Amino acid sequence: MEQEQSQQTPLVDFGNRIKQAFFPTQEADDDRGRMRTVLNSLILHLHPTKVVKRSLSLTYTWGLGGLSALLVVILAFTGILLTKYYTPSPDQAYYDIINLQSNVVFGELIRNVHHWSANLMIITTVLHLLRVFFTGAYRLPRAFNWVLGIIMLVLVLGANFTGYLLPWDQLAFWAITVATSVVSYIPIIGPEMSRMLLGGPEVGTATLLNFYSLHIGVIPIAMVILMSFHFWRVRKDGGITVARKVNEDIVEKPEKLTTLPNLVNKEVAFGLVWIAILLAFSMLVPAPLEEIANPMISPNPAKAAWYFLGLQELILHFHPIFGAVLIPGTALVLLVFLPFYDFSTQNEGIYFRSKRGRWLTGIAVLSSLILTPLWIVLDEYFLNWSNWLPDWPSIITTGVIPVAFILLGIVTLSEVIHWIFEINTEERVMFLVTFFFTALIVLTLTGIFFRGPGMALYLPWNMPVVTGH
Amino acid sequence: MTQNSKITNGSRTEKEAVSRRDFLKIALKTAGTIVALEVGGVALSYFQPRAGSGGFGGVITVGLVDDFPLNSVTPITQGRFYLSRLGDGGFLAIYQRCTHLGCTVPWDQAKQKFVCPCHSAEYDDTGEMLSPPAPRSLDLFAITIEDNHVLVDTSQPLTRDHYDSSQVVYA
Ligand code: HEM
Ligand code: FES
Repeated sequence: MEQEQSQQTPLVDFGNRIKQAFFPTQEADDDRGRMRTVLNSLILHLHPTKVVKRSLSLTYTWGLGGLSALLVVILAFTGILLTKYYTPSPDQAYYDIINLQSNVVFGELIRNVHHWSANLMIITTVLHLLRVFFTGAYRLPRAFNWVLGIIMLVLVLGANFTGYLLPWDQLAFWAITVATSVVSYIPIIGPEMSRMLLGGPEVGTATLLNFYSLHIGVIPIAMVILMSFHFWRVRKDGGITVARKVNEDIVEKPEKLTTLPNLVNKEVAFGLVWIAILLAFSMLVPAPLEEIANPMISPNPAKAAWYFLGLQELILHFHPIFGAVLIPGTALVLLVFLPFYDFSTQNEGIYFRSKRGRWLTGIAVLSSLILTPLWIVLDEYFLNWSNWLPDWPSIITTGVIPVAFILLGIVTLSEVIHWIFEINTEERVMFLVTFFFTALIVLTLTGIFFRGPGMALYLPWNMPVVTGH
Repeated sequence: MTQNSKITNGSRTEKEAVSRRDFLKIALKTAGTIVALEVGGVALSYFQPRAGSGGFGGVITVGLVDDFPLNSVTPITQGRFYLSRLGDGGFLAIYQRCTHLGCTVPWDQAKQKFVCPCHSAEYDDTGEMLSPPAPRSLDLFAITIEDNHVLVDTSQPLTRDHYDSSQVVYA
């Protein structure tokens, strides 16, 4: 082949050849060229070459899946930096964190970004799940991606949980003690599972090492594999669902735009804004660090991490087998099977399914906002089955009986709504999921703001000040 | 199966219940299952806690019998338990770990009770549970009394549902 006569100096040619190795596609100035760029780039090819114009609207996805993915990247990056100054041993871990915060340039900022990104990630994945649920985007063919998503949500919680122990302060030590005790209530395999997690009978050296390897090895690797799978499935399922207005028919051939620059530019801008928000927040609000872990003294109150306080609230009301195992376990299993029960895709892409669906969602939120606090107060101060039936085992008095009453109440409520509005299956599913999710929020807020010393209920403005131990 | 063997031709006869292909399929699945079980078993035993991290310690000599007044509860920090001496002179070594979810229960001198800071379970000076959410009474460690010395074996907590007088050790 005839070598093209170059006008450039040899050095520039040399540079151009290197550039070509990394960016084989010329900078495109037409749509075909831009589509080719997307196809040929490893990162960009997670996207299709063209996207439905409507799916670009921020108010449909709220960018929540993308933000979760961005957070994974930020967490990996800051996490690797943190390992440079951290030793996973009870004698060292706490002092390493202190040293990182006081003696290392930008050390505290890096810890804060890691901490707040991890917390934000729980919020964004849960909101992403809700967005997928309320737009009906989880039915076949997307049901598999829904299940993958739930596994990822569990992994996100697992990553936060294992990371929580690493600073080895009082918060960490007791939150993990309580949580691993919860595990030991799982029938048959529980005690053994708890012992393996802990690497012994109590939280100690082996526990810290176990959690460290889970936190920086097992969970991140699983997460990357599942995320790749998740994104690939979004493509295989024909891209994300197309947003629709209430009563609008499915558009057969929706208008499409090229991914580059329409989607990519939006994503970059969105990502940069969130990085700025995270940095600003992390400069202003330090990640908490309590006193060094002391196995002799449990702080009062000993609260779990905020995202587990809904669960902790359940444990305060029910026998642990119900509060920690059966209720959350059933909820998770039902969530996994939801798309196979509520499977009609008629209203896919419409927020809250229909006009009536919007009303139902509102009613579900409202009734849960009233009934859940009412039940918390009733159970705390008035219902006392274990005193009324002193000879019955606690699993009956604080488990079977209250759960039966609550189930009865919810079935009644759902039947009343059915009778008034003549709702169909999908509307009933939406009503119940909304009701339970709101209840979870109420329980979590109760745990955060209303529980004080001895785990008694207080109004936030009357909360006794707990002094150091 | 019969259908399968009808389709196959050649030397095979109608009587053959399992075709070559079926046999290989079954053999591979069986082998795969065995390998999975083996790997699972090996993994389970690999993830067992390390040897030597089983208990907190051996036998601790806490002191002389008369060091402990009647109706007193004394924390023994290095053994992670309380030595409770009842009104009749009997001893109980009560593990400090709440049976609910594992918090350390402090002895409240004023209330004469153990009150758990985590979810407010209460226990009396024998470790007997007084209020939920505790599912059972506090665990014990075995006590022996030799030459007027109180010895407590802290290697293994002993679980019990309720207090009864046979658990008390006398000098
Ligand atoms: C690590 C956490 C996760 C990441 C990084 C992630 C990422 C993404 C991204 C980028 C999309 C494209 C559309 C969008 O941004 O909304 C998406 C779609 C989707 N996600 Fe996730 N996701 C995560 C967790 C979840 C969870 C917890 C669920 C639900 C259980 C879920 C279910 C789905 C489904 C069904 C779709 C398709 C939605 C549609 O077609 O409209 N994902 N995910
Ligand atoms: S851990 Fe003691 S009451 Fe829950």
